[in-house]
Amino acid sequence: MTGVDALLLALGAVAVGAGVLVVATRHLVRAGLYLVVCLVALAGMYLVLTAELVTWVQVLIYVGAVVVLLLFAVMLTRAPIGASDDLDRPGWPAALIGGGVGLGLAALLVDAYRWTRVELPRAGTAERIGEQVFGAWVLPFELLSVLLLAALVGAVVLSRPDIGQRPATDTSKGARGPLR
Amino acid sequence: MRPVIPYVTAALLFGLGVYGVLRRRNAVLVLMAIELMLNAVNLILVTADTTAKALLPHGGQVFALFVIVLAAAEVGVGLAIVLQLYRMRASIAVDEVPLTERRADEPVPAVAGAIGETTVTAVAGPPEGER
Repeated sequence: MTGVDALLLALGAVAVGAGVLVVATRHLVRAGLYLVVCLVALAGMYLVLTAELVTWVQVLIYVGAVVVLLLFAVMLTRAPIGASDDLDRPGWPAALIGGGVGLGLAALLVDAYRWTRVELPRAGTAERIGEQVFGAWVLPFELLSVLLLAALVGAVVLSRPDIGQRPATDTSKGARGPLR
Repeated sequence: MRPVIPYVTAALLFGLGVYGVLRRRNAVLVLMAIELMLNAVNLILVTADTTAKALLPHGGQVFALFVIVLAAAEVGVGLAIVLQLYRMRASIAVDEVPLTERRADEPVPAVAGAIGETTVTAVAGPPEGER
């Protein structure tokens, strides 16, 4: 048990604990904030596992953008401030399937790796990852840019109900005409 | 470094995500549970980058970056769908979403037409959610 292992163990415990709170809390906003704790702990694990660039991308995109977007959604759907009682379904099947998946995968991985140890490779700095992304993986990278564009356009079309309405009947147009 | 520690962490996080997706009623909380699952996969990829000797170095970390981008796209479109659902039904409980198509004789404030058209008209109608 070296210092790296202790660090990984502590960060993993924080991540799993925060994950439990995300799926168990009764406060909508607190679920988002526990998600932040979980994601930051995971970013720390990436840093210990020598994935430098992934760490900072995780902090920037997940903690910076995705969680803020989720909290915006909580706000826009007028979530109640206090605890809500109707967030959960009665869930024996959920506990059974979720626990089965988690513990089954854990048993599989423990059986595969036992208590072996590996040496950490060279750090994945921005320079080395960039060489790989723009060398070997450049085609998937460009495909991802197309996918992001498609997702952007799709989100805009979805959130503007008047886009698909143009060829529709005149009744609604007459009623809501001055608003446009 | 013992690779079993991050691997087991990732497996437990994935199980928590599955539990959250199946258990939660609120669509935003379902999306949060999906984020947990995606992060578990990222942790597996980053850890495999240290244990597996591949032909190309750092393949796992590059894949983790790609998964992060996919997650950003997913959450953008997912939240657009959730907000649209809230605008239509004033509720984002996923077990109240009607999975069958709306019948034509059902009393909805819509013109008689295709399903897509009625849906759009119902969306643009007087917003019931803003009471």
